[in-house]
Amino acid sequence: MLSSMEKSIAELRETFKNGGTKSISWRKSQLKALLQLINQNEDSIFKALDQDLGKSPVESYRDEVGVLKKSVTYTLSCLEKWVAPKKAEVPLLFFPAKAEVMPQPLGVVLIFSSWNFPFTLALDPLIGAISAGNTVLLKPSDLAPACMSFLVETIPKYLDNKAVKVLAGGADIGERLLQLKWDKIFFTGSPRVGRLVMAAAAKHLTPVTLELGGKSPAIVDTLSTTPSKAKVTAKRIVGGKWGPCTGQACIAIDYVLVEEKLASTLIELLKKTIKRFYGENIKSLKNISRIVNKHQFQRLVNLLKDPNVADSIVYGGSVDEEKLVIEPTILLDPPLDSEIMSEEIFGPLLPIITLKNIEESINFINSKSNPLVIYAFTEDDTFKKRILSETSSGTVTFNDSMVQFLCDSLPFGGVGQSGFGRYHGKYSFDTFSHEKSIMHRGFYPEIEPRYPPWTDFKLLFLKLAYQFDYFGLILLLLGFKRS
Amino acid sequence: MTSEVENKPVFCTESAKELVKELRASFATGKTKSYEWRLTQLNAMVKMMEEKEPQIVAALHDDLSKPELESSIYEIAMLKNSFRLAVKNMKHWMMPEKAKTSLVTFPSSAEIVSEPLGVVLVISAWNYPFLLSLDPIVGAIAAGNAIVLKPSEIAPATSLLLARLVAEYLDSSCIKVVEGAVPETAALLEQKWDKILYTGNGRVARIVMAAAAKHLTPVVMELGGKCPVIVDSDINLQVATRRIIAGKWGCNNGQACISPDYIITMKDYAQKLIDSFKCELERFYGKDPLESKDLSRIVNSNHFARLSKLLDEDKVSSKIVHGGERDKENLKITPTILLDVPRDSLIMNEEIFGPLLPVFLVDKVEDSFDVINSGTKPLAAYLFTNKKKLKEKFVATVSAGGLVINDTTVHLAEPTLPFGGVGDSGMGAYHGKFSFDAFSHKKAVLYRGFACDAFVRYPPYTRGKLGLLRALFDGSILGIIRALLGWSKA
Repeated sequence: MLSSMEKSIAELRETFKNGGTKSISWRKSQLKALLQLINQNEDSIFKALDQDLGKSPVESYRDEVGVLKKSVTYTLSCLEKWVAPKKAEVPLLFFPAKAEVMPQPLGVVLIFSSWNFPFTLALDPLIGAISAGNTVLLKPSDLAPACMSFLVETIPKYLDNKAVKVLAGGADIGERLLQLKWDKIFFTGSPRVGRLVMAAAAKHLTPVTLELGGKSPAIVDTLSTTPSKAKVTAKRIVGGKWGPCTGQACIAIDYVLVEEKLASTLIELLKKTIKRFYGENIKSLKNISRIVNKHQFQRLVNLLKDPNVADSIVYGGSVDEEKLVIEPTILLDPPLDSEIMSEEIFGPLLPIITLKNIEESINFINSKSNPLVIYAFTEDDTFKKRILSETSSGTVTFNDSMVQFLCDSLPFGGVGQSGFGRYHGKYSFDTFSHEKSIMHRGFYPEIEPRYPPWTDFKLLFLKLAYQFDYFGLILLLLGFKRS
Repeated sequence: MTSEVENKPVFCTESAKELVKELRASFATGKTKSYEWRLTQLNAMVKMMEEKEPQIVAALHDDLSKPELESSIYEIAMLKNSFRLAVKNMKHWMMPEKAKTSLVTFPSSAEIVSEPLGVVLVISAWNYPFLLSLDPIVGAIAAGNAIVLKPSEIAPATSLLLARLVAEYLDSSCIKVVEGAVPETAALLEQKWDKILYTGNGRVARIVMAAAAKHLTPVVMELGGKCPVIVDSDINLQVATRRIIAGKWGCNNGQACISPDYIITMKDYAQKLIDSFKCELERFYGKDPLESKDLSRIVNSNHFARLSKLLDEDKVSSKIVHGGERDKENLKITPTILLDVPRDSLIMNEEIFGPLLPVFLVDKVEDSFDVINSGTKPLAAYLFTNKKKLKEKFVATVSAGGLVINDTTVHLAEPTLPFGGVGDSGMGAYHGKFSFDAFSHKKAVLYRGFACDAFVRYPPYTRGKLGLLRALFDGSILGIIRALLGWSKA
């Protein structure tokens, strides 16, 4: 007797097998329907995000609704180009032959999304999976329950139920899903769960994309340029830390590296900007999300419990357990072996680490595992080159924060402990496709030396052929070369 | 730690740990990143193939009785090409790739930079022990990594030769060979690698991927499957037959991941096909194929027993229409064809990897697609036909790593085509630039300036900003103007 979960998945397999998702017209209709879903339900989406995370409509539009609309529109405009086979060059030796690479859907795919950007991280991979012609099971995170309910209720109203399904539930549902065979698993979340997902995928040889996290640093070297650049730097750091879901983002700035002598300048600029953006203190806090739940709240509060860490707080530090709010907090040089400096913070606490010389930031970053992104505020081209060649991260963004997420032409993904695989733009389409090689050959001409019995002549012929030494081949055939 | 039997130190977890530590230290010096280092290593590989060809051919003959031509062409010549291609193109491959930016991030510029992953592990197979060890290494070196190669113990002469040659020709501080069997492989798999490329079977692949999962190591799996050949009527039968033979018995006597595994053809056409096979097989291998020097042997007695079992199954043993002779002592089985095998026989459900070719019959050629799709996705699928519509349906319907129409196996030699599987036949791909990419991290880089700081990004969040953001995302200049003038809805 099949459970309802297994029946759903069987239906997805059947739909895929019958070719229900192959046609470009089907894919386009689903993408258009998704766009309609977003356009017609904006207010409900804003409401759900406010309920789960305290996000304001502007933040929700900037980080979720707008991103998704842009993604669908871009995919719709490029889909025909992406689906077309690509010609591959064939050497003269194989004449007449034609070679091409044709993208094909993988089949039935599973998408796990995270709670911090519950719409973007669920629907952006979904856009990729549908555009590539797969059937999909989406498992949103139950830690953002209003958003999850919205997706469960609303997606069936707009998309093809036989091909796209949404399943509500918690970790236990996730575990059950992982026991089954999928043609691809796309996971956004923590490295710990990433390991479990990959281990489960290994049993079925299912390829995976893991979008994980890490401690994304911001190197600050622009404070002694001009006052306006210093101000913009501060704005972008503040915007890149507390702007996205109050620091609960895989690409949020985790910590800052700055030269000792500029630390106080930086802190003053940050304080001013924080006050202007978010209010003077925790009572008047506005324009900022809250912590998702008690568990995360307690985890963050615990990071500040260490007396040496608490001592290093230079701004903020107040918390409101009832409202699940922690005000923007800056720490100056907390102990490097403290938890706040070894774990991914994923919250509104910003350690500033001072260095004698800003170039030391490279070694500092390399002493930790590869982050998802390195932010570097600098105008020194030599330093930029060093950062690029001497550090490793998913992405490097110079002189800004967060915006790389909006670039459809840049692959978005990690390396090492921050994950593997990538998406956004065409990379989303590719991540859910198999690139099938195809070679067309004619019956003529025939190259006799391919066939046994083997002789020295055939050996020499093939050696020359493999070197594409056409002249040598002619000589051999004319009898001017000896075997 | 030494064993009592030999005076050779045992390679255990501690040794593997030390090995990785040493390679990480070498990688950290930045040595492997330099273009010069990569070029030196690749050129050394070409030299190695040229200078040591007789030894390589001899080792392959020891391990597999591989005919000299197969060794020279399918292992050595192919490898030389691979290295030369990398030498020629590496500078270009290493260059950053410009990426477009849009209005949303204006003004900015973007690029994608290739960087090495770090310390990588290549585990290769026994059937093309040189090719499958060194071809992945071309990519790993070109991409700037430090490397450990674990050749297959089932081809011991080549494993030993590889260990010696790599130590002699390449930079041993960055490229090492670890010989051994299951315990040594297990010790290696416990370590953290930045990438693992495994060539082999599905059972071991699951073990490799599970080990990789512990360290979040990305993998490329080059596996196998049952590569079908659909043979339609109305074709040049002689050419088709010869090409199937070349791909089957001409490739290590069927012990190759992309060898035609089985044939699907119409009931009415089968006899003609079989007759053609008989004729061409005799032309190629003589009246007594057990004596032919142009066929590899079966690699060892385990595989010999496995193949014998496939032939001896009751429902199949009566279906042999050609060959079937065996020489257990010399590990030889003659090219064998079976006609009209049942769908549920072992030989139609396990990857054969040997010189047995079952022919499965259908009423009409279109029925072949269902037969293929009812099994797991193979590494390759082949079709011989002159019908345009059939070719189109084949390409659209059959999911496999790669497809070839009117030939077999040749796509392997085409470096502009990615070589890899899908589903049970594997994940990831390599060859040509795909090898370089397989061992690289493609780092996204965005350059921004300080001019035009878009105030809409920052709090305080107002309805006006919402309207502007909408317009910005829509990419509409007019919309932005209207929003700025306060004319659009928030």
